Amino acid sequence: MALDLKGILAPFTALKQLGKPPHTVAYPMVKKPTAERYRGLHYNELDDCIGCGTCSTICQNGAIDMISLDGVEGKTGDSGLRPRVDNGRCCWCGLCVDVCPTGSLSLTQEYLYITDDADSFLWIPGVDNPEGGKLKSFYPESNAQSLLDYNRIPMPELEGMERIKSYAEVVLGYNQEEAQAEAERCISCGLCVEACPEHMHIPEYINAISRGEPDMALKIIYDNNPLGELCGKVCTRRCEDVCSIAVRGEPVAIRWLKRYATEQANNIDIIREILDPEILPPNGRKVGIIGAGPSGLTAGYYLALKGYDVTIYEAKKHAGGMTMYGIPKYRLPMESLQKQIGYMESIGVKIKFDTKIGVDISFEELQKEHGAIFIGIGFEVPYTLGIEGEHFEGSIQAVNFLREVNAERPVEIGQHVVVIGGGNVAIDGARIARRFGSDVTILYRRRVADMPADWEEIEGAEDEGVKILTQAIPLEILADKNGKVESIKYGMAEMVDDGKGGRPRPRLIENDEHIMPVDNIIGAIGQEADYSFIPENIREQLEFSRGRMVTGELKETKLPWLFAGGDIANNTADAISAIADGYKAVKGIEKLFAQKGQE
Amino acid sequence: MTREKETTLYLGPQHPGITGNMMVKLKVAGDEIVKAETHVGYLHRAFEKLMEARTWMQSFPIVCRICVPEPDPNEENFARAVEEIEGREVPERAQYIRVLVLELARLASFGLWFGGQSGSAGLYTMPQWTVGDRDYILDLFEELTGGRVYHMYIWPGGVRKDLPEGFTDRVLKTLDYLESRLPAIDNLMFDNAVFQKRAQGVGYIDPKMAREWGVVGPPLRACGFKNDVRIDEPYEIYDKLNFEVPTETGGDVWARALVRRREYDQSISIIRQVIEKMPGGEYYNKVPNPLTWTIPRGDAYVKTESVRGEFGYYVVSDGSTKPRRVHVRGPAYVHAVSLLERILVGANIADVSFIMNSLGTCPPEIER
Repeated sequence: MALDLKGILAPFTALKQLGKPPHTVAYPMVKKPTAERYRGLHYNELDDCIGCGTCSTICQNGAIDMISLDGVEGKTGDSGLRPRVDNGRCCWCGLCVDVCPTGSLSLTQEYLYITDDADSFLWIPGVDNPEGGKLKSFYPESNAQSLLDYNRIPMPELEGMERIKSYAEVVLGYNQEEAQAEAERCISCGLCVEACPEHMHIPEYINAISRGEPDMALKIIYDNNPLGELCGKVCTRRCEDVCSIAVRGEPVAIRWLKRYATEQANNIDIIREILDPEILPPNGRKVGIIGAGPSGLTAGYYLALKGYDVTIYEAKKHAGGMTMYGIPKYRLPMESLQKQIGYMESIGVKIKFDTKIGVDISFEELQKEHGAIFIGIGFEVPYTLGIEGEHFEGSIQAVNFLREVNAERPVEIGQHVVVIGGGNVAIDGARIARRFGSDVTILYRRRVADMPADWEEIEGAEDEGVKILTQAIPLEILADKNGKVESIKYGMAEMVDDGKGGRPRPRLIENDEHIMPVDNIIGAIGQEADYSFIPENIREQLEFSRGRMVTGELKETKLPWLFAGGDIANNTADAISAIADGYKAVKGIEKLFAQKGQE
Repeated sequence: MTREKETTLYLGPQHPGITGNMMVKLKVAGDEIVKAETHVGYLHRAFEKLMEARTWMQSFPIVCRICVPEPDPNEENFARAVEEIEGREVPERAQYIRVLVLELARLASFGLWFGGQSGSAGLYTMPQWTVGDRDYILDLFEELTGGRVYHMYIWPGGVRKDLPEGFTDRVLKTLDYLESRLPAIDNLMFDNAVFQKRAQGVGYIDPKMAREWGVVGPPLRACGFKNDVRIDEPYEIYDKLNFEVPTETGGDVWARALVRRREYDQSISIIRQVIEKMPGGEYYNKVPNPLTWTIPRGDAYVKTESVRGEFGYYVVSDGSTKPRRVHVRGPAYVHAVSLLERILVGANIADVSFIMNSLGTCPPEIER
């Protein structure tokens, strides 16, 4: 065999490499910087984090748990928990960063973690590396790079000028495809559940919708809210205010999804078929409820399911309270309300209409007949504006105006209308007046951003041509010689610091007064309750605070057999809080009877 | 002639010559192997099972860990299987980037193979060079994906992030460097008379057996078969590229080494073509919320040409948010168990690691 001379000599050319400088760096004296996208140890911007726990949910290694930290308090929209990473389990895939809805979580250039505790790999991002914010390297640079979807599926609506021709419902509702797509945006963090006064099972029913199971969603909704469709249309939706997706985008349309799920069951029989409610046999316990508003209806529904003999006394012709007589029909159609209340009646809730306590039946008689009484009469008496000329003809109150319109009684309203106030009632009054063809202006003391009304309602009003005049304080109503409203005098205001760190308050600017000719002035600056039907001796034993009844955790009053809920017993005065009150009172009433039974 | 006394020898799982955490139980007579048995179970992490309890997106960071030297075919396979069942389109740019990543991973993996093949023959200079050079590719990966070894970059819908500014220039520069190193590598390894003598005639696979046993990748091509998934069933944008499939006919370690050496040149050429043709546009077709994302009922079998050969994923969806079944079919299942046990018989003890390296055995593919 020939000698392979090349094959023997060639390897020795490797000796040439000896003269070359090495590739390596002299660590640890010299450190090679990491790449811009390097996925190193976690960092968390603690102030931006809302403790939604989505990082913990997505972590496929189970490396992240949520813990409470000193100095981080839980509040509405913030669970008060913060992520802790087990670096013994983490694989630095960065999915937690990709799903962080606030963008507070990131991976950094750091990759060394040295501790004297050999048992611990636990690392609290942001606490263990407070300076980590300067070393961020792996983070979504824009919403598009996040795994979440920050844009809401738009809700189909009637066009603004089309709306004011009728009382047809403005919001048209999602179809199945839209609802499913919107529901899929939810990350089930559950911050909304805490914010909801009734603590509805929001992630659960949204998940059911995303799976294409609206029937299951309806069941989940009815678990603690028998007026889900009402809430699906008009809820003040504090859930959406705290939605974690809303930090960087538009909140999940929780209200519209609830609306979608409840609307699928479009008559009483279908609701009954889907829910298939288990009604316990009558237990002989009688409960009287005064006022068929959301709180009374809720209490009545769940008590009836538990076998109680429930009678609701309603002074008016229809049930629903403020949701029937206060909320315009373009937001909450009559049929929808009738369907929900009809279903309650079908499972055994008795409602006595046109029955006013103290007139048609005395309070004492009611007390004698029932083991427990729940009062949910709402705020129906409007506050007066407290300015000169309020008594002139043509100066009316929004709640009265809305009530008459909703009861389909004839109402006359002039061409030029001014609404005073900035809450939902003021907006409702203004939008209804637009449907009479009037030119409507809302006068509000503060700025639009300060308005307590729902932003979507404000936008809706503007779309329909309602003008909003802000920082305008009404001073006097002027009338013609017949005592009919002719114009309103108002002064412009500037916003000044209240000196206590609160929201700025308006202060009149001198000599900046204007007069606007009007035909009608609609006041909408708030309401209060009329307790005159409660006998003096009982009223004396109850506690009131700023026009509201003081109640306990389970809506109990000073008198063991008397419970109260709704606007008269909470500070938020909306439908969902009333429903929550009714639901709590059910527990209170059950407790009362259980105690009675033991005696 | 007296027969030598037979002894049982355990090679691995803790042995510098073994390719990962597996063990070969050898029965030897003198230094000749009479019987070989592959033992596994040291590395079982139940990847396939883990995925059944995780959502589709949560499964994506798991798959890369099935292979350290070349994790990307796993990511590409998983992503493509999911996309195929769902019917999701992948932007063209993403497909080009995927091929760029796959071929870079191939080069990096060859870097380890050069080292392993020579190191197991006692040529310890080579690992110093090629494992070092591999780090320049890992630098590119770090820049592109944020990770050096486990990239977690190719995911359903496309790739995770776009190419950084000026990235392709740095890739081309690295390719030039790697190419400039090849003459030195050839001098030390392929022109080396000692290496040639060690490799020739060792670990012979009969072409008929290669076909029947399901041998794939370089070991198959070293038996004269021109099989490559990239050509036979092109995926991503391989059908838009020009490259050759090198073959040899020797069927031994030497033939397999030559095939790999020539594939290295092909990969460099492929990457240059990809960079030249790289289109603009989107790099990611966004998937829905990863917590609720469901894949319609269905199944898909997809495969790529990994550096060790045909690499397949069978994915089944029952229409839920989690995979019903993910099955990984790696070449090592054949190469390291049935094939290795057969061709070790009659070999010398000193050649066991040498032959294993030439087959590209990788235990995590056996124990998914």
